[in-house]
Amino acid sequence: MLLIQCPYCGPRPELEFAYAGQAHVARPADPSATTPDQWTEFLYLRNNTRGIHAERWRHVRGCARFFNALRDTTTDHFLATYRAGEPMPVLPMGQKP
Amino acid sequence: MSGRRIEQGGRVERSRAIRFTFDGKGYSGFAGDTLASALLANGVQVFGRSFKYHRPRGVFAAGSEEPNALVTVMRDEARCTPNLRATQVELYDGLVARSQNRWPSLDFDVQAVNDLMSPLLPAAFYYKTFMWPRAAWHKVYEPIIRRAAGLGEPPTLPDPDRYSQRFAHCDVLVVGAGPAGIAAALTASASGARVMLCDEQPEFGGSLLDEPTASIDGATAADWIRNSIATLRSRANVTLLTRTTAFGYFPHNLIGLNERITEHLAAPPTDRPRERLWQVRAARVVIAAGSIERPLVFPGNDRPGVMLASAARTYLHRYGVAVGQNIVLVTGSDAAYSAALDLHAAGVRVALIADVRADAAGAPLDIARQAGIDVVTGATVLGTRGRLGVREVTIGVLGRGAVNDTRRVKCDALLVSGGYTPSVHLFSQSRGKLEFNEARQAFLPSISAEPESSAGSCRGIDGYAQVLNDGARVGAESALATGHSVATQEYRVQVHEFSMHGLPGVLPQANHLQPSRAFVDFQNDVTTKDLALAMREGFESVEHIKRYTTTGMATDQGKTSNMNALAFVASELGRTIPKVGLTTFRMPYTPVTFGIFAGYDRGDLFDPVRTTPMHDWAVQQGAVFEDVGQWKRARYFPRPGEDMHAAVDRECQAVRAGVGLFDASTLGKIEVVGPDAATFLSRLYVNGFATLAVGRSRYGILLRDDGFIYDDGVIARIAEDRFHVTTTTGGAARVFGMMEDYLQTEWPDLQCWLTSTTEQWAVIAVQGPRARDVLAPLVSDVDLAAAAMPHLGVTQGRICGVPMRLFRMSFTGELGYEVNVPADYGLAVWEAIHASGQSHGITPYGTETMHVLRAEKGYIIVGQETDGTVTPDDAGLGWAIAKSKPDFVGKRSLARETMHAPDRKQLVGLLTADPRVVLEEGAQIIATPGQHAPMKMIGHVTSAYHSAVLGRSIALALVRGGRARIGETLYVPMPGGEIAVQVTATVFYDVEGARLHG
Ligand SMILES: [Zn+2]
Repeated sequence: MLLIQCPYCGPRPELEFAYAGQAHVARPADPSATTPDQWTEFLYLRNNTRGIHAERWRHVRGCARFFNALRDTTTDHFLATYRAGEPMPVLPMGQKP
Repeated sequence: MSGRRIEQGGRVERSRAIRFTFDGKGYSGFAGDTLASALLANGVQVFGRSFKYHRPRGVFAAGSEEPNALVTVMRDEARCTPNLRATQVELYDGLVARSQNRWPSLDFDVQAVNDLMSPLLPAAFYYKTFMWPRAAWHKVYEPIIRRAAGLGEPPTLPDPDRYSQRFAHCDVLVVGAGPAGIAAALTASASGARVMLCDEQPEFGGSLLDEPTASIDGATAADWIRNSIATLRSRANVTLLTRTTAFGYFPHNLIGLNERITEHLAAPPTDRPRERLWQVRAARVVIAAGSIERPLVFPGNDRPGVMLASAARTYLHRYGVAVGQNIVLVTGSDAAYSAALDLHAAGVRVALIADVRADAAGAPLDIARQAGIDVVTGATVLGTRGRLGVREVTIGVLGRGAVNDTRRVKCDALLVSGGYTPSVHLFSQSRGKLEFNEARQAFLPSISAEPESSAGSCRGIDGYAQVLNDGARVGAESALATGHSVATQEYRVQVHEFSMHGLPGVLPQANHLQPSRAFVDFQNDVTTKDLALAMREGFESVEHIKRYTTTGMATDQGKTSNMNALAFVASELGRTIPKVGLTTFRMPYTPVTFGIFAGYDRGDLFDPVRTTPMHDWAVQQGAVFEDVGQWKRARYFPRPGEDMHAAVDRECQAVRAGVGLFDASTLGKIEVVGPDAATFLSRLYVNGFATLAVGRSRYGILLRDDGFIYDDGVIARIAEDRFHVTTTTGGAARVFGMMEDYLQTEWPDLQCWLTSTTEQWAVIAVQGPRARDVLAPLVSDVDLAAAAMPHLGVTQGRICGVPMRLFRMSFTGELGYEVNVPADYGLAVWEAIHASGQSHGITPYGTETMHVLRAEKGYIIVGQETDGTVTPDDAGLGWAIAKSKPDFVGKRSLARETMHAPDRKQLVGLLTADPRVVLEEGAQIIATPGQHAPMKMIGHVTSAYHSAVLGRSIALALVRGGRARIGETLYVPMPGGEIAVQVTATVFYDVEGARLHG
């Protein structure tokens, strides 16, 4: 069971959270203006990262808020968690998703 | 007879005799014995039969690594625990134990014929032999295999005991309370850090319990353990757990502990749980798991009486048991000499020490020879004899690359040692990287993946002083890492000990080309022949060889076998051990009962049961319930003599002709509030809400962004900035989650707040032509007249003096209301309506009737008519979409070409040619009769019922290009023949919808 740092509540066990998919996939401001390919990419195409993955979690059994996280999928270590709307933090070693 | 209790010594309480039985025969042991030590003291040598070949097996080890001596301990029919290691079963008065995997008896087992047929049962024989014919598997092969192979049998009754679960946090968790673990806990806790120390054994001390002559800082080992534990116990920041196995290392330093609380007691107190699961989140973990002696691999190495040298020493020093009267030691390490020397000192004859190392020399050999023990070097074992226990061993002496001297030596116990394998199981589970150490011939912890440190012999440290000092240092460092500083400690130790270094692998045989049948994995009966065969068949990856031969895959996780298997594979492939690589260690370290994972979540507590405020009333009325998610919903209210069909017909007729009463409280409810509430709902739902007037409601459809129906419900505008949204019963939580997702992450600028109010409102549906008459006398501040309160009108007022939100709406097609009152008033208001309705013949109805009534009107149920691939247009709901809106969730996807293809599956009605035939929901539909499989399926039935008001069956279906087929005849192929159906529109009753506006 992972220990997850909610940016609002602090560290809490994984069973309080729900995974919510890849982060920074913004819904197009005007979907009707998108091409079929753009819309398909937004709807269906996601990274399958070996390494650092930017992803969303929801502290659903806590403050109920969505937030973003950088997690290394090879170790399950969280490198950062941050609030929705905040820019992706710069990691100390310069690693990027 | 081979083993016996010696006159004195050991840690057992000789004043407390304990009676127990094994396979029905009575024995006596002492308090402090394990089942294994007590049986050995009674001269028992055969403990069980092996998994595959049914070979007699004795006890091989003294701890949790035991591969052979698996027993079933029976308290009663419900408390019957199979596959326990006799080495870990603590003796209690009246203990009843049974051997396993033998029939009819241990001494004579008919399936030992398997052993003679072993050439027919090679590696992977399951895969090869039982493949064909397929039909024979369940009837013939599986029952035979299950009886012949396999271990103990499970209990036949439900487990009556309680198992508890506990979460814990600490600064430093120390796993293993041998010398390294105790030293680590002492220094770490002296710093003030919160420390937990656990050990799988009933008493702390680990290998130090086998060292009666050692002294630490001037105290005997036993006194040092006692004083150290007393010190730890006196510290408020320390938690001590015996009989507690750290069975799993989970991410982010979560360790699973299994504490066995009452297993060892003759009369377990009823007020205590039997076992407990601890989930410990530790800032730092110290793994002090020690090491496990390695067997030697030679022909006949599985015969009862063949035993690890360290185990013989443990039986001697902890239990006062000599495992034989005339022993031979075969060793590849110095450390094992201690076992022979100690047994010799206790009066046991040591017939021979056969050292497999040609260059063996130095202190241990000198001491043994001075004691008059015959020692040969460069030795190997060519075989053993003895039907139910070793009676003779054939030793060969190697010279110039060949066996050039053999001698047969009589013995009743054969002690073996290939050196020690550090216990890296937990470290490996933590995903730490192991590195092969050439000098130690062992894998040792290298790079950590979690905040943990190994201490003592599990990281290859040799010698008690070094191990104690390593523990103290690691304890201090771990405490410091949690912000607690303390000085480390140097221990002064006096002990007779020799190096634990050894050599893994298979002893050389006379004819190397003919691989011998020597056991590598005792529990799964895997031999060198099996491994050689796997390699001949082309398996080279150690992970593949493991799965093909099942070596290391038994319940002992290969504790004694993995390194030998690896060394054998490496030498056969001509590669180094690190090149071949190690298989992954998996949890659990030792088997864990399911009970601790279930914990209290059993029976009624397995899953929460949700009931509505009117639930008890429905129970009293004799309602039949159905499960809808976690909810209990009344399905129908049968009167005496009625079956479901009769009850549902009566309930349906009552609603159509008079008035019915329905509990709709399980519907999801979300209060959407704020200046942007209308904007928010307009962006989410396909409908428009900006123009919805206060006091009005609208049927809403929610799509996902892929354009498919996700949920539906009624959305009412209570005030300019306040909406009352209902969802399906099953969709309540996921719709609320989806709303929060869009609101928080896509449109955080909207001023809008969401509150789940599902359980705050009791919802009472009053449906039927007499609904208004029933409610009128009960309500106040409300005008029920059609002009003031038309279909889809919403108002607030009071009913029976209770505040109410009243919806004029209908899922039946009749004049209908839904009365929403605060949940606490639900039952009282329901009873008042029921009483008021008596003069109108009011009839309570359940979900089955609700389903029929809505199907007669062609109203969909999300999840029944839809399956995640249905658009509003497919469902015939295209009219609900507000075309003028620039966007809503799913709109872009609805613009895709394929979403308008004419051959999409569309919702239609079906009428069977025979009105008495009710179709089966889920049945497939074909266009032309007489097809052979594979048929061309063009749709399926989504709903089918008998309609009382129509006097015939009706059905809804999704059919390709369905609306263009109205009037056509299609076919539903069933086992009893094809059923002809006519395609119709979806509304079967009151097509104009006049009744709704009554
Ligand atoms: Zn939170």
